[in-house]
Amino acid sequence: MFELLGIPPQVLMGQLLLGLINGSFYAVLSLGLAVIFGLLNIINFAHGALYMAGAFVAWMLLNYLGIGYWPALILAPLIVGAFGIVLERTMLSRLYHLDHLYGLLLTFGLALIIQGLFRNYYGISGLPYQIPNLLSGGQNLGFMFLPNYRAWVVVASVLVCFGTWFMIEKTRLGAYLRAATENPVLVGAFGVNVPLMIMLTYGFGVALAGFAGVLAAPIYSVNPTMGEQLIIVVFAVVVIGGMGSIMGAILTGYMLGIVEGLTRVFYPEGSAVVIFVIMAIVLMIKPEGLFGRPA
Amino acid sequence: MAMAEKTSDAAPQAQAVGMPALHKVIFGVLLAGLIVLPFFVYPVFAMKVMCFALFAAAFNLLLGFGGLLSFGHAAYFGGASYISAHAAKVWGLTPELSVLCGAAAAGVLGLVIGSLAIRRQGIYFAMVTLAFAQMVYFVALQAEFTGGEDGIQSVPRGDLFGLIPLADNMALYFFVLAVTFGGILLLYRIVHSPFGQVLKAIRENEPRAISLGYDVNRYKLIVFTLSAVMSGVAGATKAQVFQLASLTDVHWSMSGEVVLMTLLGGMGTVFGPLVGAGIIVTMQNYLATFGAWVTVIQGVIFVVGVLMFREGIIGVLARWFKRSL
Repeated sequence: MFELLGIPPQVLMGQLLLGLINGSFYAVLSLGLAVIFGLLNIINFAHGALYMAGAFVAWMLLNYLGIGYWPALILAPLIVGAFGIVLERTMLSRLYHLDHLYGLLLTFGLALIIQGLFRNYYGISGLPYQIPNLLSGGQNLGFMFLPNYRAWVVVASVLVCFGTWFMIEKTRLGAYLRAATENPVLVGAFGVNVPLMIMLTYGFGVALAGFAGVLAAPIYSVNPTMGEQLIIVVFAVVVIGGMGSIMGAILTGYMLGIVEGLTRVFYPEGSAVVIFVIMAIVLMIKPEGLFGRPA
Repeated sequence: MAMAEKTSDAAPQAQAVGMPALHKVIFGVLLAGLIVLPFFVYPVFAMKVMCFALFAAAFNLLLGFGGLLSFGHAAYFGGASYISAHAAKVWGLTPELSVLCGAAAAGVLGLVIGSLAIRRQGIYFAMVTLAFAQMVYFVALQAEFTGGEDGIQSVPRGDLFGLIPLADNMALYFFVLAVTFGGILLLYRIVHSPFGQVLKAIRENEPRAISLGYDVNRYKLIVFTLSAVMSGVAGATKAQVFQLASLTDVHWSMSGEVVLMTLLGGMGTVFGPLVGAGIIVTMQNYLATFGAWVTVIQGVIFVVGVLMFREGIIGVLARWFKRSL
């Protein structure tokens, strides 16, 4: 095989795959943030904590109830989504008439509570979660070794992202949703139950976070702190992409994951900050974000 | 952008003729109390409270009076603490010069980050400041001079002006008192200056301020930088007190804590941030043995504060007594 700038292809492809995996999580999480932001106009700071909660729910289903990975992939997002709906009904819905920043402060507080509680009961050492049997092992592609589970993560995230995009942009339900994003009062006047739609949208958005958490559980160990670093990077992703477009949030997520992976190959010291540097550049050149509409 | 529910405008006329008598009395009592305080409580604890009070007051300048919610103030607080610790330990500078170095570094950082962040508004502004603060955190984690996970330890306390040794807690206490109290008075002066009045106008109605001919972005950048400098003074002083600069000071949870102090005490009030800082630091001190429960309790205070207590403690008092506090 050829060498690129003195980098062996195994290393390059390995880091690209890693970048693509990270990008999958960025995409699913920033998609959830964008969906929630579209209708509720709040930034869900608890998104990282709910992603972590999704991983923990999967772990608990397995260890306390003996429910395996595949059912958990459906059940855990439903549980996290239901929890989100409770949060929306009891707390967030009281803030819609106020400045949007209060929503940020509230969800920040919720994130602290959720993370603190998990840390109290499970410590910070991390709990193992087995890769499901069906996906253990991997494929030798000649130029690199591709673990099956990692391939599945990329495929599953693409499916979920595309499904969400299709639902919002191409179906009747999605049309209501987009209309309510533009003008909730008018849509309400047409007889659509907007508060119900807001509630379900928040539930769906956090269910996406829970889904990402289940996907992440076998790769990273299940850990109360797994969401907190990630969510800040996802915020930067969201600033870079702009939250105006669903497809924009998805593409930016994958793109930045890959850029991060490439940086790890060519300039490892910069990999932790490269996304923030890109954010700075985007703010200078196109402040509304790559896919954002001018404010 | 009317973030704070205003209570401090109860007596706007009083501002025109210098500090109102009530504020003079409160500041006087506060100063007298702080002078005798170290004879009753552990001076290091009292110094910690004062540093955080200045930090929260500097943050409140930006949020309460500028209407800008930064979620990354740990960058200036912690960045300054690293620079001042480095200045005192490696360059061998005196305490006052070390603090100035830290404050200057925080100012430069604030100017750079602020000039980028003010390109976005509201929620995006908060996310941008948080993301840049995280970048500072990673730099602090990886850079050579910051000592990574260890931080910069056993920073010498040095001699004030090269003359007065500050190794003794009592001597240091009065240095910290002078710096933080002076800083808080300076912030008070800024808020009640013509510059502060323009800030209020921008916060209340930005398009109108623009139509009146004010260069809104310039004002925002100045207040952002000023807030960063004063946060830097607080962080640099804290590094001198604890003889330590560590990752805790640049971590995002520190940014969250200063928001919490300001929210709890009362956004946009003069004395709220000081009260909020006192309560949160005391709480952390007494609950330190409960580990992660401190995080949970802070989260609960956030949630309760946002849902039913948005004016904060001093905000409520100000409404009861119909006075600007």
